[in-house]
Amino acid sequence: MLIYILRRILTMIPTLLVISFLIFFIIELPTGDYISNQIAVLRSTGEASSIAKLEFLRAEFALDRPFFERFLIWIGLWPGPHGFDGLIQGNWGWSFEFDKPVQAVVGPTLPLTIVLNAATILFVYIVSFPIGIYSATRQYSWGDYGFTFLGYIGLATPNFLLGLILLYFFNKWFGLSVGGLMAPQYIDQPWSFDKAMSVLAHLIVPTIVIGTSGTAAMIRRLRANLLDELHKQYVTTARAKGLSEGRLLMKYPLRMALNPFISDIGNLIPSMVSGSVIVSVVLNLPTVGPVLLNALQAQDQFLAGFILMFVAVLTLVGMLISDILLAILDPRIRLGGRAAT
Amino acid sequence: MTGPQHPGDASEHYVDPAPFNPHVTRELTAEQERYFQASQWQIMWWKFRRHRVAVWSAVVLILFYLCVPFAEVIAPYEANTRDSKFLFAPPQGVHLFHEGSLRTPFVYPMKAKIDMNTLQWTYQQDRSKPMPLRFFCSGDKYEFWGLFKADFHLVCPPKGGSFYLLGTDRLGRDQFSGLIYGARLSLTVGLVGVAISILLGLFFGGIAGYFGGIVDSLIQRLIEIMRSLPELPLWMALSAALPVTWNPVWIYFGITVILGLLDWPGLARAVRSKLLSLREEEYAQAAMLMGAKPSRVISKHLLPGFTSHIIASATLSIPGMILGETALSFLNLGLRRPSVSWGVMLNEAQNISVVTIYPWLMAPVIPIIIVVLAFNFLGDGLRDAADPYK
Repeated sequence: MLIYILRRILTMIPTLLVISFLIFFIIELPTGDYISNQIAVLRSTGEASSIAKLEFLRAEFALDRPFFERFLIWIGLWPGPHGFDGLIQGNWGWSFEFDKPVQAVVGPTLPLTIVLNAATILFVYIVSFPIGIYSATRQYSWGDYGFTFLGYIGLATPNFLLGLILLYFFNKWFGLSVGGLMAPQYIDQPWSFDKAMSVLAHLIVPTIVIGTSGTAAMIRRLRANLLDELHKQYVTTARAKGLSEGRLLMKYPLRMALNPFISDIGNLIPSMVSGSVIVSVVLNLPTVGPVLLNALQAQDQFLAGFILMFVAVLTLVGMLISDILLAILDPRIRLGGRAAT
Repeated sequence: MTGPQHPGDASEHYVDPAPFNPHVTRELTAEQERYFQASQWQIMWWKFRRHRVAVWSAVVLILFYLCVPFAEVIAPYEANTRDSKFLFAPPQGVHLFHEGSLRTPFVYPMKAKIDMNTLQWTYQQDRSKPMPLRFFCSGDKYEFWGLFKADFHLVCPPKGGSFYLLGTDRLGRDQFSGLIYGARLSLTVGLVGVAISILLGLFFGGIAGYFGGIVDSLIQRLIEIMRSLPELPLWMALSAALPVTWNPVWIYFGITVILGLLDWPGLARAVRSKLLSLREEEYAQAAMLMGAKPSRVISKHLLPGFTSHIIASATLSIPGMILGETALSFLNLGLRRPSVSWGVMLNEAQNISVVTIYPWLMAPVIPIIIVVLAFNFLGDGLRDAADPYK
């Protein structure tokens, strides 16, 4: 098991390298960089005095080096102006827009981002599991049709629009502001039980909004898998032997249907992380989403690059966890073979 | 038949005197005959037709896509016409009965008033004077497809009046006309994007499936990595990189390229696995053994086998692109006025306090949901029909 986990983590290293290269390439796509754009502005207004300082800053952040060197300096595999000092060494870069280290800008938003995504995944599991089983065991019942219909709506409604609609109705019916992380009166207050409850209450709506489409997909998946199993011979045999329905379900078909259920979450994590970014913008949540949007609009490259990297790593870690869960569940994977899905 | 019969002799060889019809054992019904003689595409069509929801979705989509060429004619106003007398006007209902008597469809005129305390626009309907709508009429002038000037509309506002079926926005632009014009960009963005992603998917999936070995595993790794990346943040980063100085047409193509650029891995994977499995099919093997050239095997025997699959999976990836464009435009990173798409219109609905007072700003949500649902159902139907012999 340990060997499996180690091997799985080792394969993440080349993946991370490729991803960091892609991300660096993307954030370097806009012509020029933050400082050279500022220099251009200053030149056009005729203020030559501060240009020298900006030129110094450009050298300080290694912006004058060739592309590939800049990339290696950024991730910390090449000595920059201050020796090896990149992502690997724990230096997340400098935010030009805020004139602060990236760590100070995004630091406070990271825990909430992780909490929100973890809560969403838990929500997807907790909701889709019983509904999936219900839909499969009572196929073509009214409940099944109802959930299927709801599932289609959930799949088709883009999560940020769902957020918008929920905001509107909560505001209209209950006079509640569901946006933000906590009720306005708790902002800047010391932590207390009420404040924590307010934060929790405000996390419910975003969790539902982000998780809906994933839940719908998982319900469909679990239902299909379980239905496949329920029509197999061994189920009939077990039923003929007089096994009770509940025991019968738990004993074999559910365990077979559980594998794809776990491994599928890995495929869903990227879209959920995507969703959390845009939903946070709509619902005004202090996660990395709004910061990323600002950074991209201001061409604050290191800040944007770090957030993209963080989001990608979050996704990879999520997939790693789902793989490990799967390995615990299925000895075939643990022992090096491949699961028959 | 001479000689005595002994027990144990081979029994006499019996011949039926009736004429023998060689087809008698496998006489096909008319139905079966039709089925066996039909081409693959015909059978797919029969199978698709049985999927009721998919057929209806296709009809709905065709109706929506009619807005693309004829937006100017269907919309009563231009998408960017501003009416300073009607800012944030509420939807104007179409009525048929005035004081109990049936009339041609008409609207009641509205008067705008601003509440100086809350700075909100309120509108008063004048129920005494119905104003009949005009049909097949001349209204706002436009340049049809940029080719010739015209002013023909299906429906126009009454003379001296207004007709805002879904209300107006912050600058008095008609929401309904906006939706019709917006369909032009919102609906085509997915098609162009999918075309790009099909090209990329065919290319990468094709070389992975054809060459195999190292190329295959390299491309497989790349696909895995791309699929593990959250799409939206990357779309955001890429479209933020589009130069602001570009004109709307270039921005539009830039966005479609961006959408297609990250979407190909799924298609490439499908192409590759299909190529690999079809290559082993008996008919492909037979063609190869008969000495057909690889180009002939690919184009005559393999390609027809998976075009249907490609079409089905492409249909399923269109809604994602439509939603992607909507999200980007909503966040101000995609299209911008004067281009009108549904996402651009939703941009007005970003501020929740505005939406609470003027909820009709969320109108584009409805066509988006309908189109996305319809594409999903259509894709499901196509996917089921793609394997007609199952």
